[in-house]
Amino acid sequence: MLDHCAPAANEKFATNHKEIRAFVEEQGIESFYDVATGVCHQVLVEQGFALPGRLILGSDSHTTSYGALGAFSSGIGRSEMAVIMATGKIWLRVPETMKIDARGRFVPGVYPKDLILKIIGDIGADGALYRAVEFGGTAIEDMSISGRLTLCNMTIEMGGKNGYVHPDQHTLDYLNGVARDNFEVVKSDPDCEYIQELRYDVTDLEPQIAKPHTVDNVCDVSEVAGTKIDQVVIGSCTNGRIDDLRQAAAILEGKKVKNGVRTLILPASSEVLKQATAEGTILKLMESGCIILNANCGPCMGNHEGALAPGEAALSSANRNFKGRMGCKESDIYLGSPASCAAAAITGQIVDVREVVSAEILNAGQEV
Amino acid sequence: MEPITGKAWKYGDDVNTDVIFPGKYTYTLTDPAEMAKVAMEDIDPDFAPNVQKNDIIVAGRNFGCGSSREQGATVLVYAGVGAVVARSFSRLFFRNAINAGLPLVQSDEAVDALEKGHEVTVDVENGKVITPGGTFEFPPLPAAVIGIFEDGGLIPHTRKALGLD
Repeated sequence: MLDHCAPAANEKFATNHKEIRAFVEEQGIESFYDVATGVCHQVLVEQGFALPGRLILGSDSHTTSYGALGAFSSGIGRSEMAVIMATGKIWLRVPETMKIDARGRFVPGVYPKDLILKIIGDIGADGALYRAVEFGGTAIEDMSISGRLTLCNMTIEMGGKNGYVHPDQHTLDYLNGVARDNFEVVKSDPDCEYIQELRYDVTDLEPQIAKPHTVDNVCDVSEVAGTKIDQVVIGSCTNGRIDDLRQAAAILEGKKVKNGVRTLILPASSEVLKQATAEGTILKLMESGCIILNANCGPCMGNHEGALAPGEAALSSANRNFKGRMGCKESDIYLGSPASCAAAAITGQIVDVREVVSAEILNAGQEV
Repeated sequence: MEPITGKAWKYGDDVNTDVIFPGKYTYTLTDPAEMAKVAMEDIDPDFAPNVQKNDIIVAGRNFGCGSSREQGATVLVYAGVGAVVARSFSRLFFRNAINAGLPLVQSDEAVDALEKGHEVTVDVENGKVITPGGTFEFPPLPAAVIGIFEDGGLIPHTRKALGLD
């Protein structure tokens, strides 16, 4: 899977990609996805590799994503991946499990991204260190697979070993026609013990923003409203699925991105981009003045396609705001939902999206 | 394993992989000597020019959080760091450090006792950290882990086990 800096930004990246392609050919690897495909955490889901009950290890920290479909998935290092390829073995410690029970209904303008930012802000960057994190409760049962992917994707940002949602009818419906293989649903035992249980009611949740330079530096949007933004990134493996792009397009439709605010659309996969193009979502975004990037990791890790200059600030729907992450250590990165990002694109500052567009528009964006 | 003695470099909580080795260099810097020059670049520009062989990094909670990129651990090895002493480690960094042959010590007492520039000795095999403020014990690492250190990391360790070298 070639997704970091794809297609290559320079000779060094190109050489790296060339070596990988040669390795794939030499080893006869069939499931290889080249630069035209998208980010692995979306593509593995679309391609039906992420299945309930599977143990999935990937050499990227956001491998935690696949728990959204009931897999146990976690990141490992590349040396470990090489050893698995050579020996078929790895050691893993069975983690303690903590449960996050979320109830209530999201109000228009507040999303699963706001919930996970709130949780990370509450418990900190090591609040789930080495633990399995199980998300449950009525708010999760009502949540789409896309929203669940956002939660599990960001579980690593609180130190979690994996994120997990019980597979249910949403899961089975999603996998129908997508699953590559048979699978067995594995659920927590009804009498299992959790090391910690946290409760949230999403009904009263405000849009959340993570401030520089750590993901757990979280506040209500009102606290940072007015912060000037030079670049907006809507997308990534965290929030670059079709519903995310539709929500952004619904907010931006008929409006213009504020002069000088580079608004980058970063679809999670080429399938998402194709769908968004065919249905007209991309055209709406372009007419508003957004820049459409190809599906890859792009500016999320600062390699290319939208680095920041010293003194600039970005609002991004991706998953990390570490110092220097977008290519410049003298810049500030804020994180928020795609809707918060779209609102910032219009106004040039961090703002509560509910002050920019009506609840009807926000609802329409959610229901498209 | 011989005890490691060096000077302490002290940092706070949540030192992440992007400040240890910026993500933008992931695929552009591959030469160990070149990588060593940017170690800790975004948190402490004084580190890379001044770090000496076997110096010890001392930090707070969740050291190495963030990416799975093992350059976060290998860049410290390339920079000459002898060990990292912290209150806790991110799970990915913990694995990557062992696999890169970089000893880790989890000890609140040692972190409390150490300041930048202190001389510190880490005795991995016997589970001891010797600081100017006292000697602190930590549970010795399992023999399997020490075996990985002694072979210079997971890849040489596995090649040896498979009889490839």
